[in-house]
Amino acid sequence: MLSLVIFVPLLAAVVLALARGMPDALARWAWVGVSLVEVVLVAVLWGLYETPEPGGLAFEEQVPWIVGVGISYHVGLDGLSLPLVALTAVVFAACAVYGLREQRRPRTQAALFLFLQTTCLGLFAASDLIVFLLFFDLSIVGMYFAIAGWGHGDARRSALQFFLYTFLGSLVLLLGFIGLYVASGTFDMVEIAADPPLVGAGVTGALVLAAVVVGLAIKTPTVPFHTWLPPAHTDASAVGSAVLAGVLLKMGTYGFVRIAMPMLPDAWRSFAWVVIAVGVVSVVWGALVALAQTDLKRMVAYTSVNHMGYVVVAVGAAGVVGGSDADARALAVTGATTQMVSHGLITGALFLLAGVLRRRAGTYDMGRFGGLAGTAPRFAVLLAVAAFASLGLPGFSGFVAELQIFAGSIAAVPWTAVALVGILLTAALFLRALQRVLTGRTRGESVGFVDVRPSELVAVAPLLLGALLLGVLPGPVLAVIEPAAVTVADLAGR
Amino acid sequence: MGPADVVAVLPEILLLTGALVALVGGSFTPREQQWRVRLAAVAALVASGVAAGFGLASPAGPVFSGTYDVDTATGVVRLVVAASTLLVIGLGVEEVAGHRQESETYALLLLSATGAVVLGGAADLLVLVVAFLLGSIPLYALVGQARTGPAAEGAMKTYLLGALLGIVLMAGVTVLLGVGGGEAGYAGLTAALAGAPAGAVAAGAVAVLVGLMFKAGGVPGHFWVPDAAQGASVTAAAFLTTVPKVGALVAAFRLVDAMPAAVDVQLVVAVLAVASMTLGNLAALGQTAVRRLLGWSTVSQVGYLLLPVAVVGRTDLAEPALLFYLPAYAVTNLTAFAVVAALPGRESLEDYRGLGRAHPWLAGALLVSLLGLLGTPPTSVFVGKLLVATAAWDGGAGWLAVVLVVNTVASLSYYLRWLAPMFRGGEPIKEYALQRLWASHGAAIAGMASMALGLIGGVMWTLASG
Repeated sequence: MLSLVIFVPLLAAVVLALARGMPDALARWAWVGVSLVEVVLVAVLWGLYETPEPGGLAFEEQVPWIVGVGISYHVGLDGLSLPLVALTAVVFAACAVYGLREQRRPRTQAALFLFLQTTCLGLFAASDLIVFLLFFDLSIVGMYFAIAGWGHGDARRSALQFFLYTFLGSLVLLLGFIGLYVASGTFDMVEIAADPPLVGAGVTGALVLAAVVVGLAIKTPTVPFHTWLPPAHTDASAVGSAVLAGVLLKMGTYGFVRIAMPMLPDAWRSFAWVVIAVGVVSVVWGALVALAQTDLKRMVAYTSVNHMGYVVVAVGAAGVVGGSDADARALAVTGATTQMVSHGLITGALFLLAGVLRRRAGTYDMGRFGGLAGTAPRFAVLLAVAAFASLGLPGFSGFVAELQIFAGSIAAVPWTAVALVGILLTAALFLRALQRVLTGRTRGESVGFVDVRPSELVAVAPLLLGALLLGVLPGPVLAVIEPAAVTVADLAGR
Repeated sequence: MGPADVVAVLPEILLLTGALVALVGGSFTPREQQWRVRLAAVAALVASGVAAGFGLASPAGPVFSGTYDVDTATGVVRLVVAASTLLVIGLGVEEVAGHRQESETYALLLLSATGAVVLGGAADLLVLVVAFLLGSIPLYALVGQARTGPAAEGAMKTYLLGALLGIVLMAGVTVLLGVGGGEAGYAGLTAALAGAPAGAVAAGAVAVLVGLMFKAGGVPGHFWVPDAAQGASVTAAAFLTTVPKVGALVAAFRLVDAMPAAVDVQLVVAVLAVASMTLGNLAALGQTAVRRLLGWSTVSQVGYLLLPVAVVGRTDLAEPALLFYLPAYAVTNLTAFAVVAALPGRESLEDYRGLGRAHPWLAGALLVSLLGLLGTPPTSVFVGKLLVATAAWDGGAGWLAVVLVVNTVASLSYYLRWLAPMFRGGEPIKEYALQRLWASHGAAIAGMASMALGLIGGVMWTLASG
C-alpha cells in the first residue's frame, strides 16, 4: 500500500514522459487527476494509521536490496513522517491545479513534478539510510531541471548553484551515513536507532554527526549554508518554488529528527548548543534580511530561512537534557514537526500567490504595486490571510507550532527566548509588505490587474484552509505527532 | 596440467579462437561480406560469456600449477569483458562496417580482450607479463587504425607510454623474482618475500603497479587516455577506456594481496588513487570536446576504482566492492560512448544542444550515463561508489572516502556542462539528421542495464562476493 502511494506518481510520470503526442490540456488534467488520487490515497493511509510501538513503523515494507552491507528497500510511516507525507500530497495537488494555466511544455512539467512527488514521498517514508539518500539525490536532480527548465531570470545559474550546493550536502550526508554503517554494520534506520552506535566514541561520533548535520543543514537551509536559497527561489517558477519551500526544505529538518537525533544521541547532546545557536542565528538573520527585501518572492524565501530556524532551535533544545524534563523536550519536537507542516502549507500558498503577481505583471518588485486591494480584492484577501498565517497569528497553524516550539525550548534552554525577536521582525515585514502592495492609491502594475482566476483560487485556498484548520483544530494531527515526538525525545535523551 | 585445466580456461580459449578466426577468416572474405566475420566474433564473445557464467557457478580455483586463478574475480572479469566487447562491437557496427580493416578490428578487439581477461586471472608474475603484452599490443593498432592526424598522435603516445611502462613492469617483476628467490606464483610469493629486504619488495611492487596503471589508464600511466579517446575511432575509444581497465584493476588487486604485510603497498595505491581522481577531474573541468572529457573522466573513475585496492586485506568489503564497481563502470561508460557513436560528427559539448527534444531516448541514455558516472542513485555507479567508499572507511582509510566525496563534487560541473545544453531550449547547432540505429539501440540497452545493475544490487552482490 505505502509503496503504491510512493510510486503511482512515478508511473504516471513515465507515461506522461513517453506520450509525446499527448495534447497539452490532457497532460495538465492528468497531472491534476493523479495528484488528487494521491491525496485520496494518503487520506486512506491516514485513516488506517494506528500509532505503532515506540521505534516501530506502520505500513512497514521491507525488501532486501544489497544484503552484504545491510541495505534494503525499507519504508514505513510513523507520527513524524505521516504528516509530511500528507503535506507532500496536498502541496503537489495545489501545484497541479495551479499548473492548469501553464503554457510552457506542460506535459514535461507534469512528468517532472510527478517524479519529484515520488522522491519526496519516498524520502519521508524511507527507513533505510541509502533509500533516504537515493530519494534525496533524485529530488535534487528533479528540482534542478524544474528550475533550469521552467524558471526565469538567471535560472540556469541559480539551478546550477542549487545543484552544486545541495549535491555537496548530499555527499557529505553520504559520508556520515557510511560512518554510521561502519560503526553499526547496517544502513537500516530502525536498527541503528534501536541500538545507536558511536556512543562515547568522542571524536568519531562528533565527526559523523558533523557530516550528517552539515549535509542536512545545507538542505534546510540554515545560516551559513543558506546562500543557494534566495536565487533558487527568485528564479524558479511558482510551482517550483512552492515545492522547493513547501516540501524539499523539510527534508533537511526531517533528517534532524529522523536521523541525527535518534541515531547519534550522544554526540547530539554534546553539540546541542551549537545546533541551537545556528537555529537562533537563522531565525534572526533570516528575518532581518527578509525585512530588507523589495522583491516579494525573495522576501518570502528569506522568511523560510527564519521559519526553518525555529525548527532547528527546537530540535537543538530537545537535545539539552540537563535541567529540563522529558515533556518539554517532547513538546519542542512536536512543535518542530508541526512547524514543518505549517510552513509547507503557508509558504506554498505564498509562493503561488507571488507567481500570480509575475503572471500578471512580470515582476515581484513590491515597489511597482500599490492599492492592489482595489483592483484585485480576492488576491488581496488571499495574500493577507497567507501573510497573517505566516507571521504566526493565533488561529493559524504557525501559531500552534511556534507556541509549542518556544514553550518546549525555553523550558529546556531559557536563552532561546532570543529567537522571539524573529517573530516580531516577521510580523513587521509582512505587515509592511501588505501595506506596500495592497493599500494606498492604485498605481503602477496594479492598474488593470486581473484578479485571481478560479484555478488559482482552487490551488491556493485549500493550502490556507489547511493552515487554518491546523490552527483551530490541531488535535487530530497532534495526536499523530506526539507519540513519535516523545519517542524521539526519549531516544535523544538516552 | 591436465584436461581439467584446459576446460577451466575455456572462456579465454574461445576468445582467442574468435580472434584467430576473425584474423584468418577476414582475409578470405570479400569486403561487403565482412558481416560474417562480425558474426563469428559475436559468437565467440557470447560463447565465452556463457562459458564464463558456468565457470562462475562452480569456480575451478587455481589451475595450471597455480599460475592462473579461476575464482569469482576471474569469473566477473570474463563476464564484464565479454559483455563490454559485445557492446563495443554493437555500438561500432555502423562505424566499422565496410571499413577496409573491419575484420582486423574484430581480431584486435578480441585479442586485447583476451589479454585483459588473462591479466585479471593471472596469479603468477610471468603470466602477468604475458597478459600485459597480449592486451597492450593490439591496443596500439586499434588506436592508430583511424589513420588521421590525431589518431596517429594518440597511437604514438599509447605506444611510447605502453613500451616504457611495460619495461617498468618487467623490471618490477624481475626485482620481485630476484628478492623472492625465483618464486613467481602469488600463492607462494607472500611467504617468499617475507624475509626479503622491504625496500626492494616495495620498489618491485610499485614498478609492477605503475606498469598496470598504463592498462588501467590511471596516474601515472594515464597520458595516452585522453589523446587516444579523442583521436581513435569511437569504437576503439569505447573499448580502450573500458575493457583494459577491468583486467588491470583486478590484477592490481591480486598483486597487492600477494605482497607481504610488512610492505605497505596499499599506501602507494591510495596515493595513486587520489592522484588519478584529482587529476582526472581537474583536467576534465576545462574540456569542451566530448571524447576528451570522457577520457579524463575515465582517469578519475580509475581513481575511485583503486579505493578497494588500497584496502586489500584490511576489510572483507574490498573484493565485492571492486567486483561490483567494475561492471557498473563498464556499462555506464559504454552508454556514454554509445551515444557519441550514435551521433557521428558531434565533437563539442555545444553540438549536443537540443538533443533532449530531437532524440529523447539518446538524451535519456546520456542523462543516465553522466549522472551515473557522477554517482547519482539509483544508477549502478552510485552503488559502486558507495561500496568502495564504505570499504575504504571500513579498511581504516576513511580519508579516502572523504577525498572521493570532494572529487565527486568537483566532477559535477563538467558532467552538468554536457547535460545542460541537451535539455536547454534553442536551435541545435547541427541538424539532427543522422542517427545510427545500432549505436542508438546499444545506448538504450546499456543505459537501462546501468540502471538495472543498481536496482538488482542484491543479486550482483551475491555474485561479487562469491
